Amino acid sequence: MKKISWSILTARFPALFPLILLIIIIIINAGLQPNLFSQEILNQNMRVFLPLILLAVGQTFVMLGGGIDISVGGIVSIINTILATQVGLDGSPEKMWLFVFVSIIAGLLAGAVNGFFVAFLRLQPIITTYATGFLFGGLALFILPNPGGGIPREISEFYRNTTPLGIPLAFYVIAIILIIWWYLSSSKYGRNLFAVGGNAEAAYQTAVPVTWVLFSTYVISGLLAAFAGIAITMLSGSGNAEIGPPMTLTAITAVVIGGVALSGGVGGVAGPVMGAITLGLINNIVSFASINTWWETLVKATIIVIALATPGLINLFRRRRI
Amino acid sequence: MKRFSISPPVAALILAVVLFLLSGLLPNGYGGDIDVAIAQATNITRLAVFLGVIAAGQTLVIISGYEGIDLSSGSVVTLTAILTYVIVNGNDNKVLLALLVSLLVGMFIGWLNGIGITYLKISPFVMTLGMAGVVTGTIIVINHGNVSGKISPIMTQIIARPLVGKIPGAIIIWVFFGLLMWLLLERTTFGKNLFAIGVNRVTAKLSGINVNLTNIATYSLAGALAGFGGFLLVGNTGVVLINLGQPFLFPSIAAVAVGGTLLSGGKGSYWGTMAGAIVLTLITSLLTTMQMPESVRRMVLGATLLILISIYGRQRGFRQ
Repeated sequence: MKKISWSILTARFPALFPLILLIIIIIINAGLQPNLFSQEILNQNMRVFLPLILLAVGQTFVMLGGGIDISVGGIVSIINTILATQVGLDGSPEKMWLFVFVSIIAGLLAGAVNGFFVAFLRLQPIITTYATGFLFGGLALFILPNPGGGIPREISEFYRNTTPLGIPLAFYVIAIILIIWWYLSSSKYGRNLFAVGGNAEAAYQTAVPVTWVLFSTYVISGLLAAFAGIAITMLSGSGNAEIGPPMTLTAITAVVIGGVALSGGVGGVAGPVMGAITLGLINNIVSFASINTWWETLVKATIIVIALATPGLINLFRRRRI
Repeated sequence: MKRFSISPPVAALILAVVLFLLSGLLPNGYGGDIDVAIAQATNITRLAVFLGVIAAGQTLVIISGYEGIDLSSGSVVTLTAILTYVIVNGNDNKVLLALLVSLLVGMFIGWLNGIGITYLKISPFVMTLGMAGVVTGTIIVINHGNVSGKISPIMTQIIARPLVGKIPGAIIIWVFFGLLMWLLLERTTFGKNLFAIGVNRVTAKLSGINVNLTNIATYSLAGALAGFGGFLLVGNTGVVLINLGQPFLFPSIAAVAVGGTLLSGGKGSYWGTMAGAIVLTLITSLLTTMQMPESVRRMVLGATLLILISIYGRQRGFRQ
């Protein structure tokens, strides 16, 4: 039998390393916080992680296609400010659902703007989405110059405390995402996406609609950013135009920890979901380990760098031994 | 067929001049007063120096290609600014020491980036992003909320004040700096190797270039240049803040892109980045002069960037 090497394993199952990492982090976290698995704590954690998970999933599509989207934070801010100003603290649930619909349209549109510039005008993704991120962030600040507004209390209560069958809402969302991804990745669209991310030029020559596939990844990212915006608004219950941008780079880190290559074409959605949960749990660990406040940022960043470096280190040592 | 008739650096510079001339027509612009106009132009250029120097390292890593980017430069700037502030502590004799420390600390951080990217195969974006977190964490640890220090008179004299006639020292430093960067990129083996690894690392390796060494050297140098940026910046501001350098991070990438350096690597110049830094600083200060609200400022800046890169930042289309 052929010996299965680590590099083949990681290439075949990109979610393997994030899974191992997640398990380690869960064990450490459970050691520090023994009631981690109690229904209440689990729900408390998952409802906080969900917005980042959604952003990471959207980012995954863009990165699988070989791009990057650093405007997602701006989109989250737009959605948050739309909901907080238009629904209001005393709005009716019907009004909320109407503007959830509006938010989804806004997210799709914002994604389409990115997609137009990157896929059709062939601009470089990082600088384009940086510029559109400024546009979106400015727009959010225009809608809501000062933090304020909000959504009805019962809606945030619904988001915070819905646990059908005792399982947090976030797990259902993750399950839906994974089912959709499982279907998509083996569909024609999924194959096209991997082809474009792997080698766009070659994909073009084999009649893959490269432009449309690229365009679609940004629209999907916009859509998921809108979902993330809705989730974070429901979580916080209030509006703040600066809420989104700090999440962008964290989401990208989650995707990379999740085994998706920034060069495109390698990875899946399960890894980034686990990556996002891992990042959230690292925050937990740092706050529960009673580390001096001054050291928190350094400890957190060091853990993340070690997590990023580990797959490379393993490969390096294995290559040396052969 | 040639696609562009004028090179991006020249286009960016022309754009800057046109924008500046138009700004004179603004209600609170300089009007017809030549002296005021020159003073304003000098001041904007002086402000562009800091972005320009910080973007120098960014230019190098972007030319090195393969998604090369340095997201740690903002935190390195803050760190070396704080180090300079503490080391100098108002003492002229310590300035050279502070400069040396800034360069070495920056170089060390860049070297770590280079090692991670080259040997551990971490993509530059996340490696330098992670490093930015580590450096920020380090700043918080050494800073503990406040630092005591002071820049020295000679730094203010050289960096912030007029040095020759009415020309501020910072601009003179920048011109020399630009010449050195040009020499480095165009007249040294390192420069040639850098462009070569940016175009294609396999062919570069086959033609005898030590790709790994060049890559690590590029990131180390980029770190050192960011360190120099921090040293200059604190000489201008005179105070340090915990996020002094962060606002320069993405503008430094934008300056490189506006200057016509390909973000995919292998092609570019520091002259372009200098022009890009001037354009960006000019737009930002014009928007401030026009007393626009923050929201409109961001939107205009975003739209301008989009237009600029749409003009000459387009990648080649797909061909059969």
